[in-house]
Amino acid sequence: MVMQEERTMEPQTTPGPATRGIVVQKLNAWYGPLQALRDVSLTILPNRVTSVIGPSGCGKSTFIRCLNRMHEVVPGARVQGKVLLDGEDIYAPGVDPVRVRRRVGMVFQRPNPFPTMSVFDNVAAGLRLNGLRRPGQMSDAVERALQQAALWDEVKDKLKQSGSALSGGQQQRLCIARALAVQPEVLLMDEPCSALDPVATSRIEDLVRALKERYTIVIVTHNMQQAARVSDMTAFLLMGDDRAGELIEYGQTRQMFTNPRDERTEAYITGRFG
Amino acid sequence: MARAPHPQEVHAPVWWWRARFRRPASPGDWVFQTIALLAALSLVGLLVAMTLYLLNAAWPAVTRFGLGFLTSSTWDPVQEVFGALPAVYGTLLTSAIAMLVAIPVSLGVAIFLAELAPPWLRAPASFLVEMLAAIPSVVLGLWGLFVMVPVIRDPVERWLGSSLGFLPLFQGPPFGVGFLAGGLILAIMALPIITAVARDTLAAVPSSQREAMLALGATRWEAISRAVLPYARSGIVAAGILGLGRALGETMAVTMVIGNGYQVTARLFAPGNTMASKIATEFNEASGDLYIGSLVELALVLFAITLMVNVVGRLLVRWTVAKARVGGQ
Ligand SMILES: Nc1ncnc2c1ncn2[C@@H]1O[C@H](COP(=O)(O)OP(=O)(O)OP(=O)(O)O)[C@@H](O)[C@H]1O
Ligand SMILES: [Mg+2]
Repeated sequence: MVMQEERTMEPQTTPGPATRGIVVQKLNAWYGPLQALRDVSLTILPNRVTSVIGPSGCGKSTFIRCLNRMHEVVPGARVQGKVLLDGEDIYAPGVDPVRVRRRVGMVFQRPNPFPTMSVFDNVAAGLRLNGLRRPGQMSDAVERALQQAALWDEVKDKLKQSGSALSGGQQQRLCIARALAVQPEVLLMDEPCSALDPVATSRIEDLVRALKERYTIVIVTHNMQQAARVSDMTAFLLMGDDRAGELIEYGQTRQMFTNPRDERTEAYITGRFG
Repeated sequence: MARAPHPQEVHAPVWWWRARFRRPASPGDWVFQTIALLAALSLVGLLVAMTLYLLNAAWPAVTRFGLGFLTSSTWDPVQEVFGALPAVYGTLLTSAIAMLVAIPVSLGVAIFLAELAPPWLRAPASFLVEMLAAIPSVVLGLWGLFVMVPVIRDPVERWLGSSLGFLPLFQGPPFGVGFLAGGLILAIMALPIITAVARDTLAAVPSSQREAMLALGATRWEAISRAVLPYARSGIVAAGILGLGRALGETMAVTMVIGNGYQVTARLFAPGNTMASKIATEFNEASGDLYIGSLVELALVLFAITLMVNVVGRLLVRWTVAKARVGGQ
């Protein structure tokens, strides 16, 4: 695969408005009085896996939740700045967050299947929101999503069971299938493997590599090896003096892990800190 | 060395008893535990004694009328013929009306309080709803008689009669007092508890559930109706059952607005009686073992029904809370 050789560290070289991908400009986020992100600017490339790393509490979750307007769901939370999705600012006045979330799917840090729904209905939940009613289409779409999430073989005989009757790793893949079923353009994954054993983790990593053919993926991870294994680009966040998260370095994963520009990145990656 | 039996090898109640009483940590503990146990036992004893006393007082009626007591509609103190059907019917009908009105309203209020209201409004609004439960029954009854009943008589029943009069439910003269008024008063009285329990269940739904639905592109209402309400559904059912328990046993306010009739009829405007209101109206003038026995038997029937409803309600609440703890990541 040909890597783009542009200096992605300079997000100011903003591509034209029609460019695909996500351009984040001067993003600030608050929880009430607490600033959680300050002046984050970067460009997320389409059909690439971008990992977000950094110590606990530096704002990784906050950052990706700003990319599909989930941040504002928290009472008292506030966002400032621009996030251009395929050139269109999702924070522009008049943009419906519901439409943004249909284009930018999300997998949460902890598996959160709907316990009152069957496995099938969990995957179908998003499709039903979109008004898909035809039973045949529905079961095709559900099967496709479960196949993509590498879960189909394990659950094809228990589609009617409750979604919470699966193991933790299966639940996480169920949540991935649920997010994939609505065919978003971007998939945000918040530490999708934090609760999983090594086997399930490697399955999800395979999945992420496979999915980037069709999706733009942003993945938060605490695991340096995982970031190195699955991602093309890496963003490193760190808390500033007032605990607001700042973007320290952003670039190609390979380069960042072999030859980081910033000494704080190097310290973090080599485990000397954080 | 002889192995001490594992606690669970001993028969469970024995083990329970020994764990607490055989080797007390200190004499003070032992005294306290014994007092607490006696207090708990005396409560059970009281319940049993009360039931036995009621059974004894009701015995003349039980032996005289048998099961026919529940199916007969006559209540004639002069001839000493007593049947409970209209009172049982009145209790069930007014409680059904109350649930029909109170559950949707409470659910709406609970959704508003737990999901939609701005944070500064939640506490005062919840407080107001709970204050409703503090109004003495007789005060509510007076209000019902002088304020609600006239309104029910004139616009409500007249309008229902003229527009939906083809239904037996809405036929007959608009008295104002009657099953409808009784049911509505009960709805007001059941509202606070249903709202409070439903609100607490909704508030206990983990935000991860709400967010999961929102992240799929749901609107706020879709997230509530498709993720939050299903997750809380058993708690909502329990809330309804607790409200029903309240409605079934309520006496004073309902006595004041139900009109003191004694009939089994589909007509909601007709005056009727509930088991509780029948007892309240007549216990003072009742004389003779059979008359008193019949009123007491009525009380026993009511007791049995409310006990059943409350037990089911409480089991459901406990089950829901346990489930919320397990599932609530
Ligand atoms: N709901 C919230 N209300 C208030 N403050 C919050 C909330 N969520 C996060 N924060 C604060 O925002 C900052 C960033 O949190 P965030 O969850 O984005 O960190 P993170 O990098 O994802 O951490 P972790 O790796 O532990 O998941 C932290 O200081 C945290 O305390
Ligand atoms: Mg996080």
